[in-house]
Amino acid sequence: MKRRLVSLLAIATMTATMFAACGSSDTAATDTAAPADDTATVEAPAEETAELPEDTGKVLNIQCWNDEFQSRLKSHYPGYEEVDATHGKIGDVDVVWTITPSTDNAYQNNLDEALLAQESAAADDKVDLFLVEADYALKYVDTDYAMALSDLGITDADLADQYTYTQSIVTDSNGKLKGSSWQACSAGLIYNREAAKEVLGTDDPDEVQAAVANWDKYNETAAKVAEAGYTMCSANDTFRVYSNNVSGKWVQDGKVVIDKNIEKWIDDSKALVDSKAEDTDDLWGDDWAKGKNPEGKVFCYFGPAWFFNFCLNADDDASIASKGGWGYCVGPQSYYWGGTWICAATGTDNANLVKDIILTMTTDKAVLKDIATQDQDCVNSKSVLADLAGSDDGNIALLGGQNPYKQLADGAEKVDLSNISAYDQGCNEEIQKAAKNYFQGNATKDEALDMFKKAIVEKYPELTAD
Amino acid sequence: MNKKSKVVSYNKWGYIFLIPFVVIFLIFQMIPLVSTIYNSFFENYRSGLTQIGPNFIGLQNYATIITNGDLPTYFVNTMIMWIMGFIPQIVLSLLLGAWFTDPSLRLKCQTFFKTVIYLPNLIMASAFAMLFFTLFSDSGPINSMLIQMGVFKEAYKFMGNEWSVRTLIATMNCLMWFGNTTILLMAGMLGIDPSLFEAAQVDGATSTQIFYRITLPLLKPILIFVMITSLIGGLQMFDVPQILTNGTGDPMRSSMTLIMYLNKHLFSKNYGLAGALSVFLFVITGILSLIVFKFTNSEKVK
Repeated sequence: MKRRLVSLLAIATMTATMFAACGSSDTAATDTAAPADDTATVEAPAEETAELPEDTGKVLNIQCWNDEFQSRLKSHYPGYEEVDATHGKIGDVDVVWTITPSTDNAYQNNLDEALLAQESAAADDKVDLFLVEADYALKYVDTDYAMALSDLGITDADLADQYTYTQSIVTDSNGKLKGSSWQACSAGLIYNREAAKEVLGTDDPDEVQAAVANWDKYNETAAKVAEAGYTMCSANDTFRVYSNNVSGKWVQDGKVVIDKNIEKWIDDSKALVDSKAEDTDDLWGDDWAKGKNPEGKVFCYFGPAWFFNFCLNADDDASIASKGGWGYCVGPQSYYWGGTWICAATGTDNANLVKDIILTMTTDKAVLKDIATQDQDCVNSKSVLADLAGSDDGNIALLGGQNPYKQLADGAEKVDLSNISAYDQGCNEEIQKAAKNYFQGNATKDEALDMFKKAIVEKYPELTAD
Repeated sequence: MNKKSKVVSYNKWGYIFLIPFVVIFLIFQMIPLVSTIYNSFFENYRSGLTQIGPNFIGLQNYATIITNGDLPTYFVNTMIMWIMGFIPQIVLSLLLGAWFTDPSLRLKCQTFFKTVIYLPNLIMASAFAMLFFTLFSDSGPINSMLIQMGVFKEAYKFMGNEWSVRTLIATMNCLMWFGNTTILLMAGMLGIDPSLFEAAQVDGATSTQIFYRITLPLLKPILIFVMITSLIGGLQMFDVPQILTNGTGDPMRSSMTLIMYLNKHLFSKNYGLAGALSVFLFVITGILSLIVFKFTNSEKVK
């Protein structure tokens, strides 16, 4: 029994290790390799905001789920010195990182506890900054635990160059902006150039785009791909494309609603899985990752810019990425995936520093351009992206020298997030799990949907499903 | 009136020596038990960062669990996987136990083998499940081997079939616990008076007869103990199926156990519903243990 308890504790660590390659957690490897020079000088914001009290905190507590933001801060924030893996220094303020992997909801659970205890916590223990992902941003943004950026003295003018969608995600129900991101995660279709030549006779991004320009064409191409002995991708890869283009929220008036487009995803995917054009591998698993090497015979992945750098194993000599064998096009529909937003926690005793970090990391064009060129990220600045799209700085080796920034920027303009809800993470996760049963023939579509509803009500007892 | 007994009573020492146990029992067993039952009468969960409740709702949590009809399904799943793992485990353990305790066999390297069979139990269940997950994944080594040997044309989806998932879980449980059971049974077998075996041998009994007529009947108390502990352990099955199926119990929750179901409610810190479910589990465990105990004890002398 006791051993069981111990193993329970170990589960988080175990799975975290397994999924270490996923999401955006491999940044350290690439980033530490890059020299952490801070040649780009950053001028401190000139305008003074009288309302902010002077910083009294000696400790800056940051809550996050991987080392992505840490490495960004290390390489691009002036004055940040690394002490060890979870500690740093900015001037005489100690930076303490609390990194909890997001697997099994551990990050959110941990953050919940910290925020709920925020008022009673000692000054040095108060959370100052925390990071959120799009799927659950509203859960935090729509509470008083996150500070409005206007209260920090950050003005709309400061954020004017950002993409609208990156702001609407973190706008609460009173219209207050509560977070800011350096990333614009508009996403597209990343295809295997070899496979494209073999199946479509070309690896030119425009021509491949024409072959997958809408779902009908995508399905036609998938059939050809399957005939040539490849699989298109996993059904879970296309999920985000459909789910970002729904006509309503997951939860309406306390009731879970399955959108037509989600049903379309289930129907389309079932047909493709049955014809062996797609498989049902879970994202981030070994089976799913096999396509990163040529012998995996996978035609494409669906992903945003952070996918290039973190997820395609470019540092592995056997991978397609190391030979520059990928190409990028927009795919059937515009969508976005992921993204990291920085929020200031209410009760922070380092308000000025927090403000400066947010401004520097998410609005300073020199810093943003640095991030884009060093880490192949798609940054949250229209002018920087326009600049990159027009110059060789935007060419990416693992895409065979292709410059994807024009498409990424166009995609970011088109992202519409009016249908996001605080329940998205749970709903997205559960619908994929339930649909897999249908894809694999273990249940009918209705049984799978019932399973989904059951899981949602378990997860969110306040919702109804029928 | 003032007659004092001259007999010194040592009774109080007995009570004093019991204090540590009673204190630990109260703190770590009694209080959690009572608070679980108390919690089960409340609506009490977290929605995002908002706490709902606790509001007293009487027996509604119990009603919810009974009416949604999931409990029997998960109970059956749990029992199927437990039985699938327990039968081979007890057979294997009896066999090994009999061999190890049989002096006439003169087995060499006994200590080595005893250590080896116990080793799987030392691995964390989660690590073990991870290992199996990787071994049996679609592009994993088992599939590649089977394809190369020509058994399958294309990868068999071990995780996509109800019975293959259940079999994997049962196999893991069997592998993890047969060493432990063997040790227990060996202790029981070594406690049997050797003169009984000798007498039987002198009377010309075969080793099969000795095993069935002497070893097994005299081993009954230990067997009951093994049965009950394994049953309780089986009802609490969690980590292996949780990790192997990534918490889903798929396909279609056919390998979801009772504790995995309980764990689902802990996602939203739903203490009310989880409490009610725990009380059900407590009752089920009690009933099953009683049945096993009565059943194995009934045919005492015929």
